[in-house]
Amino acid sequence: MSDSVLHVPREELIETVSGLRDDGYVSVLDVTAVDYLEHPGRTDLPPETTPERFELVVTLISHAAPGRVRLRVQVPADDPTVPTLFDLYPGTEALEREVADMFGIVFEGHPDPTRILMPPDWEGHPLRKDFAVGRIPVQFKATR
Amino acid sequence: MSAPDTTVETATDEAVRRREDSAVLRIGEDDGERLEAEAGTSDTSMVMNMGPQHPSTHGVLRLMLEMEGETVMRSKPVIGYLHTGMEKTAETLTYLQGPTNVTRMDYASPLFSELAFSMATEALLGLELPPRATWIRMLMCELNRISSHLLFQATNGMDIGAVSMMIYGWREREEALRLLETITGLRMNHNYIRPGGVAADLPDGWRDEVLTLIDTLPARLNEFDTLLTGQPIYRERLQGVGVINTAECLALGVTGPILRSTGYVWDLRRDMPYLAYDQVEFDVVVGTYGDCFDRYAIRLNEIRESIRILAQILDQMPSGDYRVQDKKVTPPPRARIDESMEALIHHFKIFTEGFKVPAGEVYAAVESPRGELGCYMVSDGSAVPYRMHIRGPSFVNLQTLPHLMQGGMVADAVAIISSVDPIMGEVDR
Repeated sequence: MSDSVLHVPREELIETVSGLRDDGYVSVLDVTAVDYLEHPGRTDLPPETTPERFELVVTLISHAAPGRVRLRVQVPADDPTVPTLFDLYPGTEALEREVADMFGIVFEGHPDPTRILMPPDWEGHPLRKDFAVGRIPVQFKATR
Repeated sequence: MSAPDTTVETATDEAVRRREDSAVLRIGEDDGERLEAEAGTSDTSMVMNMGPQHPSTHGVLRLMLEMEGETVMRSKPVIGYLHTGMEKTAETLTYLQGPTNVTRMDYASPLFSELAFSMATEALLGLELPPRATWIRMLMCELNRISSHLLFQATNGMDIGAVSMMIYGWREREEALRLLETITGLRMNHNYIRPGGVAADLPDGWRDEVLTLIDTLPARLNEFDTLLTGQPIYRERLQGVGVINTAECLALGVTGPILRSTGYVWDLRRDMPYLAYDQVEFDVVVGTYGDCFDRYAIRLNEIRESIRILAQILDQMPSGDYRVQDKKVTPPPRARIDESMEALIHHFKIFTEGFKVPAGEVYAAVESPRGELGCYMVSDGSAVPYRMHIRGPSFVNLQTLPHLMQGGMVADAVAIISSVDPIMGEVDR
């Protein structure tokens, strides 16, 4: 059973998601992102989509006709912003905070744009590909 | 009865209300004092901190509670104290090492993370599992669901003040864990379900041990009923506490027993079957009121359903291979290495470089004891995942806390945290 995948331009994200909500997609299950900085070659994008460094991945579920749909949104590195889905699905609040924390993608209009997993004074976004694994020293207030 | 409210709330009104009158306290982690100072001296509200070092916060959950006397107004769960960058670590581990990493996320039900990870990898590889591997996975998952729900019964009882319940819950869970240890070698963090099947075949005598467990458990569960279900103090503490409705659950993305407690029937095992769940019979347990008591009762009865499933698995367990016989994915049997050069090379390659997985992206999900546990995986064609993300049910379900606690007493907050049953290892990852 494979999920359907939609490639959505950033400008049409809100419109697409509210359309899906009207079509019976009752929940946003997951909001995550991928940093394609070091990916050797992307072949799974349709020709009209320009590949960008970041990709936002939103997974919705329909219960009436059981199935998931995955939205893939290209987000450029020089302007990493996307509109928040909070007003459509309030459950995206924590998930978007995590993406913002880990990838530095800004969700415009998010009600609580604070870090969620990392300490508030952390520098950098750990899941970006140019953030080294296990960098030492660990940044905590007390160790500086 | 008053006249029904005829004003229709538009989508915009709803969004505005959600932002302005929310139950969520949206301030920074250090801003509690500032908020109090702004409120002035005449204001009776205060911001209280609960956790992260608190026995009833199930590990390291911290809550900022805005209190009006003893009533909780708004609140904010502060998380991240167990964050160890497991999704980052996953990008450095091969697909065979991956389960050792994800199994440490939800430490109360580790096999489900392993299963989601393995199912995602197998989807990318296009592997078809032998039937015995599928049924062993199902057997293990149901055993794990029982042990996880027993852990809930123990800690929930303790949080409410029924301390002896902790001993009983632990005793029963220990039986389930001992069985898991017999089969996998470890009580927790099994690394048993791996891409391509499971790590080892079931040991001799497994059937008798499972039978012993499913013969003894029902009587013990009836003891739980005697001790808790009908007990007036226990019911007083849980009934009508922490109520949520279906619409709120769906909007918040909540899955699992919390969603089912509102009377909404949704269980991936039944509605989007994976493994061989379409070949066994079981009922999806739902509640009525969406309160703490319903969530307790659902988990108790889900143990009974799991026992039902286990009995059917015992009857239907097929023979055959417990893992895929694909030389590129499965390590060769030890005996083959002595006699075959090719087997030696495959063994060496699999454990040094790992196996390569075709490029692509996939989302695989299973019904864990806490709700939908998903694994989103991106492969770039190499032997390590390019990106591995776990959609933890506890992480999303934790967002219900402010809504459940608003307007309740601070003593109820403890019952509510317990009934959401978050595993912080999975929340923080």
